[in-house]
Amino acid sequence: MDFAAASHFAQTFGLALLIALFAAVLLYALWPGNRKKFEHAARTPLDDDNADNGKD
Amino acid sequence: MADIQVRQSAGLDVAGVGAILALGVVLAIFGAAWAVDAPFQTQMYTLLAACTLGLGGLVLVCADDPACFSRGRYEDGVVKAGVIAAMFWGVAGLLVGVIIAAQLSFPNIFYFPDLGWTNFGRLRPLHTSAVIFAFGGNVLIATSFYVVQRTCRARLAGGAWPWFVFWGYQLFILLAGTGYLMGITEGREYAEPPWYADLWLTLVWVVYLLVFLATLWKRKEPHIYVANWFYLAFIVTIAMLHIVNNLAVPASFTGSQSYSLFAGVQDALTQWWYGHNAVGFFLTAGFLAIMYYFIPKQAERPVYSYRLSIIHFWALIFLYIWAGPHHLHYTALPQWAQTLGMTFSIMLWMPSWGGMINGLMTLSGAWDKLRTDPVLRMLVVSVAFYGMSTFEGPVMSIRAVNSLSHYTDWTIGHVHSGALGWVGYVSFGALYCLTPWLWKRERLYSNALVEWHFWISTIGIVLYITSMWVAGIMQGLMWRAYNELGFLEYSFVETVEAMHPYYIIRALGGGLYLLGALLMVYNLWRTARGDAPAKERAADIPAAAQSAATLAAE
Repeated sequence: MDFAAASHFAQTFGLALLIALFAAVLLYALWPGNRKKFEHAARTPLDDDNADNGKD
Repeated sequence: MADIQVRQSAGLDVAGVGAILALGVVLAIFGAAWAVDAPFQTQMYTLLAACTLGLGGLVLVCADDPACFSRGRYEDGVVKAGVIAAMFWGVAGLLVGVIIAAQLSFPNIFYFPDLGWTNFGRLRPLHTSAVIFAFGGNVLIATSFYVVQRTCRARLAGGAWPWFVFWGYQLFILLAGTGYLMGITEGREYAEPPWYADLWLTLVWVVYLLVFLATLWKRKEPHIYVANWFYLAFIVTIAMLHIVNNLAVPASFTGSQSYSLFAGVQDALTQWWYGHNAVGFFLTAGFLAIMYYFIPKQAERPVYSYRLSIIHFWALIFLYIWAGPHHLHYTALPQWAQTLGMTFSIMLWMPSWGGMINGLMTLSGAWDKLRTDPVLRMLVVSVAFYGMSTFEGPVMSIRAVNSLSHYTDWTIGHVHSGALGWVGYVSFGALYCLTPWLWKRERLYSNALVEWHFWISTIGIVLYITSMWVAGIMQGLMWRAYNELGFLEYSFVETVEAMHPYYIIRALGGGLYLLGALLMVYNLWRTARGDAPAKERAADIPAAAQSAATLAAE
């Protein structure tokens, strides 16, 4: 593959692919159905049981 | 029944580690016997000693109980070892940094012409590798092993393998560091270790990845916490960068010299694709994982926005990998590639500041703790430095700005505001958190010493970065100054002379930072020993009584 072909691929399919992937990330992050899961996940460091820590 | 299963599977991990060490012994003996250069022979003796000690240790630990690596709810021993190693390498790396800063100010300090290893050229990679890979790497391995167990509620997978990762990584550091001092280098910035050390690290790193993945696999939480995503990105990307950048052909299989597979500008681009992503995925993604676990934990507040953390993660991953070419402005690299690197560097403002805001806002509702908890303050100031250096970096990546800043001390100042302020402080904060947790102490030995550490090293950082700003911008302006006849205004040595006072200020700043780290080591050592300062305890009570009395009076 020469430079022209590689850059053509990157500027068409590559660009579309990366934008589609990032759109999927945004959808996943902002999807209303995931709200509960993420609210729970945000508390993970606080909820982990410290049975083996001196702190509890 | 379960115990028998543990026993049966436990033999395998010990046998596997033992087989690698035995192979290491054999290869080291052949390597030493047929060595074509003296430093290579010394390195093989080091490898031989390390593998022999490792085998001996393995036999001693496992002789009675082959399942000893698989007992208990969590594997915290290897995390403790990582905390100790991080403190040791941190102090060693900072000390070498202060020495070379002093050498730049007064060239005869700690330099003996008969002792090649005291030369700046050999000590400089020792400093960078010790602080980045030895200190930073141990902090990352230790915290990742701690965080993945806690957030997955699962014991570290692999039995003896996590210990192989820990000791294997120390051996890599030892081979690299002693190699630099003997004059062995591949000459690739931040990737100086010789080819056989690179191969060893590849093995250790793949095991690290497998241990991490296997622990995620057996998690009891349905969701993988965001800190683990950052750790995983760090481990996977570093594996890829390390392998590609170090593709090389050894001049001899029993010698230390090797030649890169790449040549010319391709070699330069590979080097800086590696170099900048080492910043992005080692010094950023890995330490962001620390931020996403230790700040919520210490502030006792949930992550400000978990959605933002997901977008932060993926945006960072998508953008960082393209930023490397900004290290090659005005070189033989095609202009479009330079522009690409610059553009992606500027776009990085968004995820960087998104992440910073997420870290800082996690304190909402707990801002008052900054006044009373110096450890939390250290963590928060680290995030502020992250914001500052990720603002400065994109500015410097703009071609016009780079024409002034490149090759000057401004770059050194920028790197150190990220390294001392962000990476250093977030690591110190994590070590201050981990030590009481791991050694099961109620609290740190002394909060007052943390205050001293914080202020001494903050003054050190300020001295360091301000002196380097002045020195760097002055240097850049002097280099590009022409007189009315079109000749260069200053000779090179005049610019060196002009920087002398700033170099002294820089060495002073580095010295203060080292002093702060020594206070931390003392404090953590006393904490681990379980000492409680009677004076501080006694001082707390009158203060409490006093405030109660004031309240009563009101």
